[in-house]
Amino acid sequence: MTENTAVLKVKGLHASIDEKPILKGVDLTVEPGEVHAIMGRNGSGKSTLANIIMGHPKYTVDSGEIIYLGENLADLDVSERARAGIFMAFQYPVAIPGVSVAQFLRTALRAQGHDIPAREFRTVLSAAFAKLGIPDSFRSRHVNDGFSGGEKKRLEILQLLLLKPKLALLDETDSGLDIDALRTVSQGVNEAIQAGVSVILVTHYQRILEYVKPDHVHVFLDGQIAMSGGPELAHSLEARGYDWVSEGQS
Amino acid sequence: MKDENVQELVGEYQYGFSDEDQSVFKTRRGLSKDIVRQISEIKKEPEWMLNFRLGALQMFEDRPMPRWGNTEILDSIDFENIIYYVKASDRQARSWDDVPESIKDTFERLGVPEAERKFLAGVTAQYESEVVYHSIQTEIEKLGVVFTDMDTGLREHGDLVKQYFGTLVPPNDNKFASLNSAVWSGGSFLYVPPGVHVKIPLQAYFRINLRDMGQFERTLIIVDEGASVHYIEGCTAPTYASDSLHAAVVEVFALPGSKVRYTTIQNWSHNVLNLVTKRARAYAGAQVEWVDGNIGSGLTMKYPAIHLTGEGAHGEMLSVAFAGKGQHQDAGAKVIHFAPNTTSTITSKSISKAGGRSSYRGLVKVLPNATNAKTSVNCDALLLDADSRSDTYPTMEIANETAQIGHEATVSKIGDDQMFYLQSRGLSEAEAALMIVNGFIEPFVKELPMEYSVELNRLIQLEMEGSVG
Repeated sequence: MTENTAVLKVKGLHASIDEKPILKGVDLTVEPGEVHAIMGRNGSGKSTLANIIMGHPKYTVDSGEIIYLGENLADLDVSERARAGIFMAFQYPVAIPGVSVAQFLRTALRAQGHDIPAREFRTVLSAAFAKLGIPDSFRSRHVNDGFSGGEKKRLEILQLLLLKPKLALLDETDSGLDIDALRTVSQGVNEAIQAGVSVILVTHYQRILEYVKPDHVHVFLDGQIAMSGGPELAHSLEARGYDWVSEGQS
Repeated sequence: MKDENVQELVGEYQYGFSDEDQSVFKTRRGLSKDIVRQISEIKKEPEWMLNFRLGALQMFEDRPMPRWGNTEILDSIDFENIIYYVKASDRQARSWDDVPESIKDTFERLGVPEAERKFLAGVTAQYESEVVYHSIQTEIEKLGVVFTDMDTGLREHGDLVKQYFGTLVPPNDNKFASLNSAVWSGGSFLYVPPGVHVKIPLQAYFRINLRDMGQFERTLIIVDEGASVHYIEGCTAPTYASDSLHAAVVEVFALPGSKVRYTTIQNWSHNVLNLVTKRARAYAGAQVEWVDGNIGSGLTMKYPAIHLTGEGAHGEMLSVAFAGKGQHQDAGAKVIHFAPNTTSTITSKSISKAGGRSSYRGLVKVLPNATNAKTSVNCDALLLDADSRSDTYPTMEIANETAQIGHEATVSKIGDDQMFYLQSRGLSEAEAALMIVNGFIEPFVKELPMEYSVELNRLIQLEMEGSVG
């Protein structure tokens, strides 16, 4: 495939926080509809990659570039990236006290150019709640305020389904979920994949990959992709642990 | 439409002060015994009110200016340069051209109807120091509810007024209460008979319109046993005044078992000094709620108070202040527990932006007799930038050890993580900040009638864009 057809092309990316290097040369290409799992130990830089693609202001891109649908992301701020079709499901979604879930979702949809009439929005929202096993009463709850970890993750995936992005960055979406919640959330992710979204799935564990099948698996080590492979790589990791990767490096 | 047609249409529509007296309409600048006598005479007041005014004038003159709050601005008030009484029909109409562009722009963006814009800007107001507008529903009159301007209240319900007037905010309470007591004019008089529940909120609009004109409304609300009412004063649209001192006094009496809610939103233009004394007394089992929003004015000093004097009385205070560029909102609340089993909550929210300053000044007092009193105070301040300022001055005086006291105060900035989260959903930086601010004041906004909450949200949006002058 030519470069122009890729959804995302990360080239030689170096990035830091407070002058401390985190990413030390990352290359990654995501083609339309592909699912890339990024695995690695805590602190290996895998979540940083997701945050930098979304544009978190606390990270500095020192060199390299990120090309999204042929456009250099350095030219776009966070909200422009979102409106261009990039979505991130947060590892720790923050609470927005005083803002109802319905109001938040409607504003987000509107910001992204989907101004749905109030009545239709109600129906759409009810269907999405049902799909993710969220009680309908959550429409008037305040965003993530007092939510359990699982409720927050369900709401993130609900947004994935409503906002219909082209590229989804799922940051540790499986962490803190019990088995039922993991299944529900995975079904949501799979629905989005079937609809054509490309996914970068950042995860510490292999267990979500039982439900969401990756096309490629990459292992992060000290700010770089140390190993890449197909779905089988996840199983090898599960069997041998991350030490196996780091030993292979040295 | 001709005036008589309007009157026909709305029935009991009342234009405030009557037109009987057309001779003397405006006092000269400055304050003296003669001026006070003149005001009382114009209004054909009973002797006791004249004496009340004269006594208050003496107290005003004897008392020094407060040495707290914003002393710089207080010291700059030139009492000799104020016209203390103006009757509407002698007004000098302001030209629409004199209204600042920023105010016009705000009207435009708020979608204030054309006629109302001129009214709010002081161009077409017909009545100045008098209560401009009262809408008395025929049904509530049938229930025996009296809702009129204070002057009419004094004329027609003299005994009731005499029994309560100045007993909760005595004329020597503070310097500006003394001033108001000496020269008061306009304001509302509301009486709700025992057991009567007024279902629609009663609204009064007050305006300051004439250049350099002081505005000294006096409001007296008496809600008799077991009755209930919601009174609303002010409006969210910006109210334009040239340099003006606004020193009102409000007294609310909630008799046993009654329920009163008093909602105010003030959005005076930034040259107005808003120095207001508001106090309510809750008798046994009564419930008083102040809902108080301060958006406008250059300096506001306002601390609504509730005296819980009867057993089991309950008081609630909910306030929000927005201090933008050049503004100082010094607001707060006072609750005094006089009796056993009294309860209170204070929730105060403030937002400071572009160098604005907001202060919370609060007092909770539990007297020795008030066994098992319960109170909880929550003050949250949100700073939108590093230039802005927020101060909290909470005072607690607890003289009964059975009291249960809760106090929480937070000062926060808009969080980077919240901004990033909202922006990652496509909201612009401004939209994200606005959503966080609206969420912050939601506990206040949800208590307002629908049209007020919509307007307030819109207004906050304009303030956030920095487009309000």
